[in-house]
Amino acid sequence: MILSRGPKLCNFVEWRGYKVVYKRYASLYFCMCIDQDDNELEVLEIIHHFVEILDRYFGSVCELDLIFNFHKAYYILDEILIAGELQESSKKTVARLIAAQDSLVEQAKEQASTISNMIAQATK
Amino acid sequence: MALSGMRGLSVFISDIRNCQNKEQERLRVDKELGNIRTRFKNEKASTPYEKKKYVWKILYIYMLGYDVDFGHMEAVSLISAPKYPEKQVGYIVTSCLLNENHDFLRLAINTVRNDIIGRNETFQCLALTLVGNIGGREFAESLAPDVQKLLITSSCRPLVRKKAALCLLRLYRKNPDVMNVDGWSDRMAQLLDERDLGVLTSSMSLLVALLSNNHEAYWSCLPKCVKVLERLARNQDVPQEYTYYGIPSPWLQVKTMRALQYFPTVEDPNTKRSLFEVLQRILMGTDVVKNVNKNNASHAVLFEALALVMHLDAEKEMMSQCVALLGKFIAVREPNIRYLGLENMTRMLMVTDVQDIIKRHQAQIITSLKDPDISIRRRALDLLYGMCDVSNAKEIVEEILQYLSSADFAMREELSLKAAILAEKFAPDLSWYVDVILQLIDKAGDFVSDDIWFRVVQFVTNNEDLQTYAALKVREYVDKPAIHETMVKLSAYILGEYSHLLARRPGCSPKEIFGIIHEKLPTVSTSTIPILLSTYAKILMHTQPPDPELQNQILAVFGKYGSCIDAEIQQRAVEYRALSRKGAALMDILAEMPKFPERQSALIRKAEDSEADTAEQSAIKLRAAQQQTSNALVVTDQRPANGTPSVGQLSLVKVPSVSNVDQNTAEQGVTQANGALTVVDPQPPSTPSADLLGDLLGPLTIEGLPSATVQPEPNLASGLEGGWNAAADALAIAPVEEQSNIVQPIGEIAERFHALCLKDSGVLYEDRYIQIGIKAEWRAQHGQLVLFLGNKNIAPLISVQALILPPSHLKMELSVVPETIPPRAQVQCPLEVINLRPSRDIAVLDFSYKFGTHVVNPKLRLPAVLNKFLQPIQVSPEEFFPQWRSLSGPPLKLQEVVRGVRPMPLVEMANLFNSFRLTVCPGLDPNPNNMVASTTNYSENTRAMLCLVSRFKKFVYCAFVFKAISVFYGEPHDGN
Repeated sequence: MILSRGPKLCNFVEWRGYKVVYKRYASLYFCMCIDQDDNELEVLEIIHHFVEILDRYFGSVCELDLIFNFHKAYYILDEILIAGELQESSKKTVARLIAAQDSLVEQAKEQASTISNMIAQATK
Repeated sequence: MALSGMRGLSVFISDIRNCQNKEQERLRVDKELGNIRTRFKNEKASTPYEKKKYVWKILYIYMLGYDVDFGHMEAVSLISAPKYPEKQVGYIVTSCLLNENHDFLRLAINTVRNDIIGRNETFQCLALTLVGNIGGREFAESLAPDVQKLLITSSCRPLVRKKAALCLLRLYRKNPDVMNVDGWSDRMAQLLDERDLGVLTSSMSLLVALLSNNHEAYWSCLPKCVKVLERLARNQDVPQEYTYYGIPSPWLQVKTMRALQYFPTVEDPNTKRSLFEVLQRILMGTDVVKNVNKNNASHAVLFEALALVMHLDAEKEMMSQCVALLGKFIAVREPNIRYLGLENMTRMLMVTDVQDIIKRHQAQIITSLKDPDISIRRRALDLLYGMCDVSNAKEIVEEILQYLSSADFAMREELSLKAAILAEKFAPDLSWYVDVILQLIDKAGDFVSDDIWFRVVQFVTNNEDLQTYAALKVREYVDKPAIHETMVKLSAYILGEYSHLLARRPGCSPKEIFGIIHEKLPTVSTSTIPILLSTYAKILMHTQPPDPELQNQILAVFGKYGSCIDAEIQQRAVEYRALSRKGAALMDILAEMPKFPERQSALIRKAEDSEADTAEQSAIKLRAAQQQTSNALVVTDQRPANGTPSVGQLSLVKVPSVSNVDQNTAEQGVTQANGALTVVDPQPPSTPSADLLGDLLGPLTIEGLPSATVQPEPNLASGLEGGWNAAADALAIAPVEEQSNIVQPIGEIAERFHALCLKDSGVLYEDRYIQIGIKAEWRAQHGQLVLFLGNKNIAPLISVQALILPPSHLKMELSVVPETIPPRAQVQCPLEVINLRPSRDIAVLDFSYKFGTHVVNPKLRLPAVLNKFLQPIQVSPEEFFPQWRSLSGPPLKLQEVVRGVRPMPLVEMANLFNSFRLTVCPGLDPNPNNMVASTTNYSENTRAMLCLVSRFKKFVYCAFVFKAISVFYGEPHDGN
């Protein structure tokens, strides 16, 4: 439905009483399904907002980044949208929160490796 | 990149990507799944890190489209992991794999709750995100108070509170009844003072959801919303990080304006002034710029401002500014803006006094009908459809027809339907209407439903002036090669009836007409052959003096089909053959069909009904239409629950699909049986029109009410149908479901129910063993019912059980029902009812008892229906016109056309209204043929709410206005 649409058409497709708002970035399509009376342009810019944040995080994001780091894309999205509504419109804030989460994961990993080092040394 | 890579996961993804084909991929996935299964079985062998990795892999495999049911448990169990990395994976993967109805979620509720009330804010965030994305009823029940607390605790950091707000929003949207939002208005108002724009954005979304259910409680938020809007529009105190391409949070601006649209008016003059200043600034200050994103964002704000201006029905000047802007938008190159311009112009049609300005853009809109983008074409069509009236119908319909030949298939059906409706509604003269429909069938026959050509036949039959013209026209079309079957049907019918009017014209002798129609016979389907046979019989009758050659030809055809395998065709052939031997009597038997009684166009009715499920309908009607359809569905669902469907419905069910039984008779039967229910019942259940000809050939039976007493047919042709009717009636009298049940109810359950809808005491159900009486007292939203269960026999009734199945809007409490009712004794069971909110759903009493070995289990609808919670109120025009105008559409103002209402005199209608507890208010409508009634509806959530009903000719409109005063006010559909 969306793939068959040419580049110069509008970003909205009506579908079964809903609307699909989509945007294409190179070979990637981002779509959101919304109600008939939602504000279409607002949603279109939520998509762009998400993409900008991905861009910042990965440094010029590309398809491969998202494929190999789909899990990160998920938790970045969780910082932007909940219940289909925009949660945070500041890129800076989102970036900070994601960084905090990453560091929590890293810390846990380091702890784990120190513990395993300690065990390894103790058992020597 | 600060990526903590998981090598195993990356390797797996690379492997998948290197697969040459689907088969290889499946093998690789199966291998991995096997591996993961063994790892999980061997609990001890896997470290937390490994578990995490496997669960990510499961999610990846799920995304590829494979079944990963076995992994659900693993994902859920990671939620209770003590460390953040595993917990995070558990939460994210669970919210991707499961939905709110999944049983496994129950396992996690406790952990989720502990995380929410715990002190660790990163855990809180994870838990809130999960609930916000997939939280269902059980989550709402056990977590809502905790989440509410988080949102208003100022010691919580913004990152937690904004998630709490959206989490609440989800829970509230899904289960508004579970959430206790009493006293929330003050808190919401407080939240709107929030300085952190992240929290404010989320809170505003929550406010919109709360307002959409009940704006009454939140008036105190209105000035605050205006303040927020001012702060943003003037760019005061907006941190740099919250501006998006130079625009202060466009999303928050949009949401704030959305929230404001839920308030009917802005009363405080100061607030109003500041609001209008802001709106004016947005309307004037938005320019088209080069940067796409900036453009989108600023126009998102602009379009929301337009919607708000329309809603507030601002001064004329501002309105015309809006129309001017929209006029500009529909001509720009940027497709998004053009699309939205058209969409909003359609919305604008609802506003009075701008139609003429919109008409000036007609040429531009017609150009958009040929846009390369189907989304835009749909909007243009919708707008054209909405703006069409008598003055421009010809032009618009002709444009649509012209476009039809080149339109893509996705739109043809809609185009034809709309063209047909417009042609019917606004035809300057009927011959034009006939032309349009013929062209329509010619160009897009596949998409012209039977309703459309039926309607043409009705018009032609009822207008003598039209008959010759129509006959001549179809005669022209029949000459064309390869005409559509619908055209064959229509032209055969019309030529059969009226070709004798053309007899003197060249090529129109009975013989030639027969020849040309008979040519089509080999190409048509079995559903068309009966029509052709009728046509032949009519031609035969009209050929005076008889032409023996033609007669032989036609009789030969009848003879041939006399042994046809299709019962309908066979019967017709045999009967027509027999009739044609009657000589002069044939003239009377096959005389011209009498006029059809005026009825609403099935087409328009269908269009209204189908609106809810076509994507391309106009957005304004959407909410109302959805409301309507969903209610209709509920009512239809409820009926079979009653054990004995009403007579009419049964006959609909049992009618063999090839028969001629006039469906309308059956439908009328439903309305009759439901007599009392007509106002509650939007329409009889729609069944696919099974009979082709019944609709056309049986016009007289329509008046034969009720269906059980078919009036003597003045005309033998419809007398043929009469036989079928009688058969159907016989079927209708023996209810199907009862045959398996030895204990028959005495009297018609449905009728008893309908009577009780109007009265407060009476018998609800009776059979050989038991009588259930009911007595009710209603006060505002409260009802006290007493069920009287009387054992009519000399043996006790055992295993008595009564279960109330209340719809969600009623709170019902039935006192204990004794298990045994002694012989000849009566038991009283009080039943408390509280109306939580208005709804048309009906409560059902699931009653069962045992007599000897018989288990009798009738399901009875309880007469705790909407009108019981009404209290009459008199309203004067001065009181409500201003109020009415201040409201603008759903959810505050709904409108509905009730169809299938038996025509009745005004006095009778007034009496009916009175028994529904509606007060007739004379003087509200200047036209004495219209009737307006008002009432107040009481329910726990909305308290008093005023409703109005008005009746125009055959239509009943209802307008429900929450706590405000209103009157329905609209044009009666002309001519139908």
